Parts: sequence; structure tokens; C-alpha cells
Amino acid sequence: MPLLQIDALSRSFGPTRALSGATLTIDAGEIVALMGANGAGKSTLVKILSGVLPAGSGTIALKQQPYAPRTPAEAAAAGVVTVHQSTDLVGAPGLSVADTLLLTRFAARGQPFFVSRSGIRRQARAILDAAGFDLPLDRDFADLSAADRQLVAIARALANKAELLILDEPTASLSIEESRRLFDILKRLRDGGLAILYISHRTADLEAIADRALVMRGGVIAGAFRRPIDFSAAIETMIGRKLQSARPDIRIADGTPVFEMRGARLLPDSAPFDLAIHTGEVVAITGVLGAGKSRLLSAIFGAGRLASGHMLLNGQAHRPETPAQAIAAGVAMAAEDRHRSSLMPANWPGSSLAATISLPHLAKWYPHGVLFGGREQREAEKAIARLRIKASGPQAPIASLSGGNQQKVVLARWEAEPSRLLLLDEPFQGVDVGARHDIIQAIRSRTDRATLIATSDPEEAYEVADRILVIDHHSLVRAAHEPSAVSQGIHA
Amino acid sequence: MTSINDESLSPRGTKAKGETIHWLAGLSATLRSGAVFILLAALLLGFTAAEPAFANIGNLMSILQAVAVVAILGAGVTVTLAVGGFDLSIGAVAASSVMAASYAMIVWGLDAVTTVPLVLAFGALVGLVNALLIVRLRVPDLLATLSMMFLLSGLQLIPTAGRSISAGLILPDGTTATGAYDPAFLLIGRASLFGVIPVSVVLMILVAIALFVLTEHTRIGRLLFATGGNEVATRLAGASTERLKVLAYVISGSLASLGGIVIAARVGRGDVSSGGSLLMDAVAAALIGFAVLGKRRPNVLGAIVGAVFVGVLLNGLTMLNAPYYTQDFVKGAVLVGALALTYGLGRNNS
Repeated sequence: MPLLQIDALSRSFGPTRALSGATLTIDAGEIVALMGANGAGKSTLVKILSGVLPAGSGTIALKQQPYAPRTPAEAAAAGVVTVHQSTDLVGAPGLSVADTLLLTRFAARGQPFFVSRSGIRRQARAILDAAGFDLPLDRDFADLSAADRQLVAIARALANKAELLILDEPTASLSIEESRRLFDILKRLRDGGLAILYISHRTADLEAIADRALVMRGGVIAGAFRRPIDFSAAIETMIGRKLQSARPDIRIADGTPVFEMRGARLLPDSAPFDLAIHTGEVVAITGVLGAGKSRLLSAIFGAGRLASGHMLLNGQAHRPETPAQAIAAGVAMAAEDRHRSSLMPANWPGSSLAATISLPHLAKWYPHGVLFGGREQREAEKAIARLRIKASGPQAPIASLSGGNQQKVVLARWEAEPSRLLLLDEPFQGVDVGARHDIIQAIRSRTDRATLIATSDPEEAYEVADRILVIDHHSLVRAAHEPSAVSQGIHA
Repeated sequence: MTSINDESLSPRGTKAKGETIHWLAGLSATLRSGAVFILLAALLLGFTAAEPAFANIGNLMSILQAVAVVAILGAGVTVTLAVGGFDLSIGAVAASSVMAASYAMIVWGLDAVTTVPLVLAFGALVGLVNALLIVRLRVPDLLATLSMMFLLSGLQLIPTAGRSISAGLILPDGTTATGAYDPAFLLIGRASLFGVIPVSVVLMILVAIALFVLTEHTRIGRLLFATGGNEVATRLAGASTERLKVLAYVISGSLASLGGIVIAARVGRGDVSSGGSLLMDAVAAALIGFAVLGKRRPNVLGAIVGAVFVGVLLNGLTMLNAPYYTQDFVKGAVLVGALALTYGLGRNNS
């Protein structure tokens, strides 16, 4: 008798089919790993299970009862609790650990109006004891480490009688030691009869705790692996082909690098590393979420700082304190999460396609300050033709474009003026396959600059790069020409 | 309009009906974006019909003169709204600029040519301090400018020990001030261009044109709005969002002190109670401006039109013998209506 039974679950977003008939079961007392590349349908599945999204078609049964939660609260009431990657939303600064543990109870109806300090402490202590965790009850939530926040979330889930715990990349921001502690706890909970759906790219994690691995691809479960799990086969199922480079035009660049990092540390206590990139080369840095990819790119772009070490751009010291200085030196960056980092809200000045491209170049294109003459219009027309952007024209609101086309516009912004080093952080986030192909072609067609791409998806790294570097715990751990070595590296 | 929208949003409908719906949606969008102008025209016609004296050029100019200060301040608030901030100190800046101008001329005996730049510099300085609090010390903008409002409301009373400033003022040390208002200064508030257009209205128009061009048609304007739209993206595009915010608050402070100069030149004395409702009126004008042309965002033209709209309504109602104490109610009703138009009805459009 499975605890959770999902049959032919489908869900579409407009023309995109995120889930197309996923079928799986989860039993009580097992840890099931869920693997899949970006866009495989993992997060849609999790959102349906946790009551964030309604299912399109198909059935879900929890303990033989139809299960269709309309809100996360309904899902939790039925015994399905999700602990997200980002644990900031579990509590709030100013709340103690005890308050945070009892937050869902405060919010529930039928609770007494008055609460006493000692009552809260007693109940919170009981919750922690039941979960077997040791956390400081009076500590402010804001002062907790990411690992402890995660434990608070798990303890709260258990106190609400969770039977299925969904963990989304739980070790992304944990140290090795903290991860190990979490695994011990998860195993103990599993032995107590809890079902755990564990979503992660890290094969090391999965090897340590998963009883079973399910691989998603194209909105269905493409493969199921029992212990001992064959991870090479699982990864090949995940990316849909043999692990080998698909690059016929690989470029091995020699000579003086255009950009170098020497003895760089991203955090004061992370391991130092070196990095050299040549003009004409496309280098991908891959690693799990929270491994330090964005931090590395931000430091090169002047939006963050190196803890120590130094950088050379074109043979000269590169110490940007602001993005403006980095741009002036010839570094460009399309940062992660385009909505937060690149685009203007709808209906706001500067939210058109042309204005999105021109934002960093206004001073250069309009030296007299008045937005007169069609420079940004012409640049936008060029970009639309070159990158095959689907839009009604240069004045189209950026919000009216699909994710892939928005990403093309962001790329066009930084290609509109020449740069020595182009940094792209997760350039394929929320981008469909067709647009991804166009973007890769555009990136690879330029040989007059160096390109450094950060991506958490190894498949994307293979597709776009000449050379792949692996980052883990805020340090480059391996540089590899061989794709198989990369797959070992990223999952080591 | 609501019913038109409901109709246009209906998912059912044959092809013929679809075309009608398309046409109706277009009409409703036009109506919505022009709503403020249509209402303004209706008000002008209605008041003229009820009271022909309303349409006298003299009366129309007196409406514009009455709203000039509010419009100038509203334009300044709009610039701070554009960078995602909010300047609550403008009313106090204008009021203390009245005191500063009076003090400069009556106590220090300065003339108009030195007083005006001095007072404008005072406004710019207050804007700079606001920006310093917000950008450097990271005080939330509402709190920083609210504190500045209190500080200035108190500060303006100190030099004269709480007394209003007029010729022959007895200073706290017992001496009598010897200066007087420079007649040239009074022209700012009392003279009219060609005997028709008051100087304060000319100033309002100049400010409107300058700020409209700055915010809508220049690189700086684009960056100001970009800062308010997505500060992270603007910084990552290489712009100094800190400098842009400083600029916005300096503009807003300077315009507030310009408003103060106009008031001082009109009343001819430094009244401790001047500028009481300026802040709220200016903020209301800026917010009514969101509804103008269906922009749904801060815009200078909208703020000016918003101020004029309220001015026309109040003047017309006064002519029709509406009691003075209904004025705040009318302003509030206009604001509520404009915001409902901007956010509630406008939302269907997107």
C-alpha cells in the first residue's frame, strides 16, 4: 500500500507542458530522490503536491484518499509538508526559535487568544524533543544558520503530523558537516515511518541517503533506479543522451589569458583557487546552488568583493568597486534571475524591449543627455534580427515576451557594446529549448571576447562551453576537458 | 465604465461579439486614460453654465495662481516617487523657506537678488541632508523625510522665538529689525506678465516643462525611473543609484523652497503658520497624476494636471457658494476617485 500514488499527472502553462503524465508512488518509511534537469517538471510536481498549483489532469491519492490541496495549509493538514531551498521564509527576524516553531499553531483557528512565554517554551520544547533536535529556543530566527533554519522547518513539519516530507535541495547552503548531521536526522525520521521526497542534483547526497531515485525528463518519470543506484545511468537519463561533449567546434585557446584570478578566496575560510580565461573562449562554471557561482561572478563584476587574492584583466590589475567601474574596464554581466537583476516592472518607463537593451549604454548613446534620435530603436532592431527575438517591435513591452525572448534581450543588452569579458549567470533560467539553442549559437558566434557562464545544470554547461570548471564550497575544485570527469566532479 | 470592462472581459462570445468586445475594450481604454481630462472639461463647462463669471480669464488665472505652489511641490514629489522614494518634508521646506526669505530681507536687509538664490540653496541643502540620511545611513525614506519635516517645522520658529516676521520685527535680543521686503521680490508673487499671466503661473509652467523634459525625455530621467523601477538592475547596469537618489531629493527640496519663495512674495511676510496643508495637497496632486493619461505611475504632467483639477473644483464650488469647510472633503473624494481609477479599473487593462 503506497502512501502517495500519482497517476498520469499533467499540467500545462499556456502552450508549455510542464508535466505530461507523470506516474509514481512513494511508500511510508523510504527516502525517494527526485532528479531532473531545469525544466524537467520537478518544481511543478512539487508545487502541485504542496498545494501551490492545482493539477491539470491525472489523479493523486494520499493514503487511498483523493488528494487535491488548494493551499499549502491544506497540504500540510493532509500531512504533506514542503521545506524549500530558501529557508528565509520559515520565520521572521524578531521571532525566537520557539515562536517560529509554533507559528503555524498561532495562525490556526481555535487556539487560545492569550499566549504565555512559559507555555510557548514548553510546547516548543516538546516539538524539538519529538523531532530529536537540539536548538536554542530563545535565539532570534535571524541569527540562525541556514542549517538550523532547515531543522526548524523540519521540526515544525513533524509537529504538524507530516507523513510526507518534501525537501528541495536541502543541502544547497549547508557545509559538509551540517549536511552529514541532516542526513542522520533524515535517516532516523525515515526509520520512524516518514516518507521523504528528496530533490537534489548532488549525487553524493543521494548516494548517502536515497533508497530509490526517480529521474524526470520532459514532464514524465523517465527512469527509476533502486539501490545501489547507478548514477551515471541516472544522469544520462536525466540529460537524455550519453555523457559526451556535443561540441564539434571546440576551441582550445592558448597564449596570454585576457582575464586571470590568482589565489582568490570567495569567503575568508574557503579554499583559494586560480582561474584563467582567454579571448574567444567560452568557459562554464558549474556547481550546485549555493556553491558560490554567483559570488564569483559578482566579484569579477564589482557587485561583490573577493575575500582575498587578486584579478588581472588584459594584464592590468582589476579591482572594481562598482559595476560601473567593471563595465568601464570592459566586463559585462547578465546576472541571475532576469526579473530581479535586469528588467523594469511592466508599465514603467524603460520597460520596453529597446529601453531594456539601452539601459547601460545611455551615456554612450546619448552623450548630450536628451533621448533624441533613434539610436536605441536601431540597436533593438539589430538585436531582434540577430538573435531572432520574437516581439512585435523595439517598443514591445518586455513583459509581453516569453522567458526565452526576454533572456535574449538581456543578452542583447550586453552584446550591444563590445566587451572583453562577458559574464552570464544562469543564462538559460526559464528558457525553452528553442530559445536556448539560439542563445548558445549567439554566445558561441563571438570570438572577440571571453565568455564565462555560471550554471547549476551540467547539461547546459556541456552544450555551451569549450571548457568546464566545477565549483564547490566556494572554490574551483576541478577544471576538466573531459565531460565524464565533470560529471564525476560535480557529483563528488 | 465598470460595466464596459466586465463586458470586455467576458470569455464567452461569438466572433461578431468578439469584434464588438474589441471595440468596447478600445473605447474603455481611451475613456480611462482620458478620464481626468474629460472630467476636467465637464467641470469647466458645468461651472461656466452655472456661473458665467467662472470662465473669466481673471478667474481662470486666479485658479492657476492658487494651484501654482501645490503644482510645483507636486512635481518635486513626483521626482522622488520616480526613484522609489517619497519626500514628506516638502511642506516644511516650503514653510521654512517663507521664514528664511523673510528673515533674510527683514533682519539681514538683503535684496531679492541675493535672497532668492540663498533660499533655493537652503532647499537644495535640505534635500541633500534627506538624501544623506536615506542613501548613506539607509534610513527608510518615509522616516527620514518625516523627521526632517518635524525638524524644520521647529527650526523655523527658533530665530524669531516663535514670532511671525514682518517689517519692524522685535528680535529676541530686544533690537528692532530694520529691513523690509524688497519690492522686486514681491513681484514674484504679485506681478503679472502682460498684465494677464501671474509670474507664479509662469514659474509653474517653466517648472512643469523643465521637469517633464527631464523625466520623460532625457537619459537622467530614464535612470531616475529605472532606480525606482528596479534598483538592483539599475546598479548592475552601471548607474550610480545613490547619486540619482541624491539628485531627486535635491530637486524636490529646491522646488519646495521655490514654492516657499512664491508664497512669501504673495503674502509679504513670514507667517509661522504658512504652508499648513501644502504637503498633503502636493502629495494628492502627485497621486491624482497617476490616473492622468492612464499612466499608473508618477509623472510630472499628471501632477500638474492633478493640482489644476483640484483647483478648478474648489474654485467652482466656492463660486457656487459651497461652504469652505467642505474643501478637504472634496479633495479627499477626488483623490479616492483617482486612485480607484488608477489601480482598480486600470488593472483590467494589463
